[in-house]
Amino acid sequence: MTALAPTTPWVAGKKDDYRACPVTTLKVDMHAERLIIANAVMAVVCLLLGGIAALLIALTRWQAIHLLDAKWFYSLLTLHGIDMLVAWIVFFEMAGLHFGSTALLNARHAAPKLAWFGFILMVIGGLMVNVVVLFDANSIVTFTAYVPLKAHPLFYLSYILFAVGALIQVITFFINIVVAKREKRFEGSLPLAVFGLMTAAILAVYTLLQGAAAIVPAFFWSLGILANYDPGIYRNFFWGFGHPAQQVNLAAMVSIWYMLAQMTVGIRPLNEKFSRLAFILYLFFINLGSAHHLLVDPGLTFAWKAVNTSYAMYLAVLGSMMHAFSIPAAMEVAQRAKGYTKGLFGWLRNAPWGEPGFAGLVMSMVIFGWIGGITGVTIGTEQINMLAHNTLRLPGHFHATVVGGTTTAFMAFTYYVIPLIFRKELKLKKWAQWQPYVFGGGTALVSLGMITSGLQGVARRNWDITFAGVVPGTVDLTLAIFGIGALIAVTGGIMYLTIVLVSVFTGPRMEAGQMLLIGGSENPLLESTKLTDEQMEHPKNQPKGTLVLVFAFLVWFAIYYLSNWWLLGRTWFIR
Amino acid sequence: MLAPEKLWWKPMGRMEKTWLTVAFVWCVFLTLMMPLWYFFGKQNVPTETYRVTREQYAAQVNAFVDQYKVGEENGIPVVAPPPGSDVYLRASTWQWYPILQLEKGETYRLHISSMDLQHGFSLQPVNINLQVLPGYDYVATITPTSAGEFTIVCNEFCNLGHHTMVGKVIVK
Repeated sequence: MTALAPTTPWVAGKKDDYRACPVTTLKVDMHAERLIIANAVMAVVCLLLGGIAALLIALTRWQAIHLLDAKWFYSLLTLHGIDMLVAWIVFFEMAGLHFGSTALLNARHAAPKLAWFGFILMVIGGLMVNVVVLFDANSIVTFTAYVPLKAHPLFYLSYILFAVGALIQVITFFINIVVAKREKRFEGSLPLAVFGLMTAAILAVYTLLQGAAAIVPAFFWSLGILANYDPGIYRNFFWGFGHPAQQVNLAAMVSIWYMLAQMTVGIRPLNEKFSRLAFILYLFFINLGSAHHLLVDPGLTFAWKAVNTSYAMYLAVLGSMMHAFSIPAAMEVAQRAKGYTKGLFGWLRNAPWGEPGFAGLVMSMVIFGWIGGITGVTIGTEQINMLAHNTLRLPGHFHATVVGGTTTAFMAFTYYVIPLIFRKELKLKKWAQWQPYVFGGGTALVSLGMITSGLQGVARRNWDITFAGVVPGTVDLTLAIFGIGALIAVTGGIMYLTIVLVSVFTGPRMEAGQMLLIGGSENPLLESTKLTDEQMEHPKNQPKGTLVLVFAFLVWFAIYYLSNWWLLGRTWFIR
Repeated sequence: MLAPEKLWWKPMGRMEKTWLTVAFVWCVFLTLMMPLWYFFGKQNVPTETYRVTREQYAAQVNAFVDQYKVGEENGIPVVAPPPGSDVYLRASTWQWYPILQLEKGETYRLHISSMDLQHGFSLQPVNINLQVLPGYDYVATITPTSAGEFTIVCNEFCNLGHHTMVGKVIVK
């Protein structure tokens, strides 16, 4: 393991505009720090907007309450999708990319002005789309804006500005890495977490280009310059943006998983090759997933759909299953090396459950894999999609992945960004300990409520299902589970926002003193460098417990998947 | 978070190899299920599609209704086509037209297309869901295996009256 502290001066003859972090011993470029803060603040603002919408639309879909009228419901549904699925997550990822390409490499930010330009474009686009949707009834087109639904031209322009801004910020990530390598800030390969972020950044580039291919023609079409826009073509390009965008989140989230595990448990990756191959599988195969949204569209052949929806041969799924082993396994080995070798799960019982980073990591991994992952693969199966397309099972799946998974992890990571980057003491630590459980638990209920409602045929994006008149009485129960879950999740969201705002706006600026927020003065990040090969390979330290856990996961996966084929076999014959 | 050792390309451990093999076998199984069901299953996603203009399709629907109309419900014709025939269903904001009357166990060629926006064909409580696009004539060869009254719900957002777009299929 190489030492953390840098030795080379940054630019000869030029005054270094940086500080040295006392906790991690990393150098932090002040340009990068300000960019991280700006992007993180915008992320939280978008989360607030999207969260208000979330509460109101959840209380409407909970049929017993049915709060909003139809226009407000569809309008806030549009904003909820854009503010959460795109704005909150992408702003947070930009903060992550600036962090990964500078602080983690001991490097400077090589293109801060360009990055600020991109940031400003994103802010304009992000805020403009909110205004357009709120004040123009024709622009209530939901997040997907399926042609021939025609929104105001400014709606498409907002998307374009946001996407171009994001693309520019992603480009500065690559510039930073190239400059850092040339200036010899780090030796050999990129750290694993930066490697994962690099995967996310590469995915982001072609995701955003496909977004342009969908939205730019829509913009000209809304202006009347383009006469016809084929809805099937639009769907193909839109999901070339919409689906891989979630895979950008996936790669960024997995990187943050590795970071959280290192910061709270002190892991050393068991096998760099194994983990890096898993990221490479994302890179090559995940873009095929846009077909998931076109499985019951007219005009496509079985072969095209089967190859694309399965990521060639579920190779991207294989990548996730590899991470699902390698991260808990690394935690188990690190814990066992500390002496927690009792039984299969002694290491887990003695894990830092009260540390927000660990709690968030576990909630995120469990909800992402055990609910989000298996439901995603199942409804992404060509024939089974007929049972699920556009029902509540769809949002049920992606609330488990993007909210329970990505958002929970990002929230937990924020608690470490506040002392280390904002340099403010984290306030309300007791809340922070509970927040991942409250938010994760609420989101899990939201997903389960949606999935079970969808299994009974309840449509998504529908203000009032009573018109359908066919839904069985148990739907009231499953929608109530969804509604109660939403209230709990929103409570977790409010806790998060309160912790962040109170920490950032009260109290003086101060250098962080320690890595752990709750657990005491040890520094798992630095201790992880002391794990020796002998410790890692010792028979008592092998990840037996994790192997049991992943096999249990596989059994659960198989049960859910096969029972869906059984369900399909009971319906009408169709070809 | 830290740069790895110079040489990190090392052989995988026994447990990693075990899991990788098992996970890969599972992925192959997932892949094979789709072609197996395609050849042996009774429920497959329709692929037959034709380009059609709005006017052409509207004319086909009208001719179909004139030929096989047997009644009317709330101003919408009820149509009972013979088994094996071509059946036309029209989606528009916010109506499914006409009401179809089919026979259990018989097979029909069900055409679906939209006159305006994208719509979602969601047959409940059978729970079969298909996407409906304007300009595409999507043909599903269906065989009802249960009798009763079924509802067609629109499950693709099609402006503010979307949730009121409900149609009907009767199977005798």
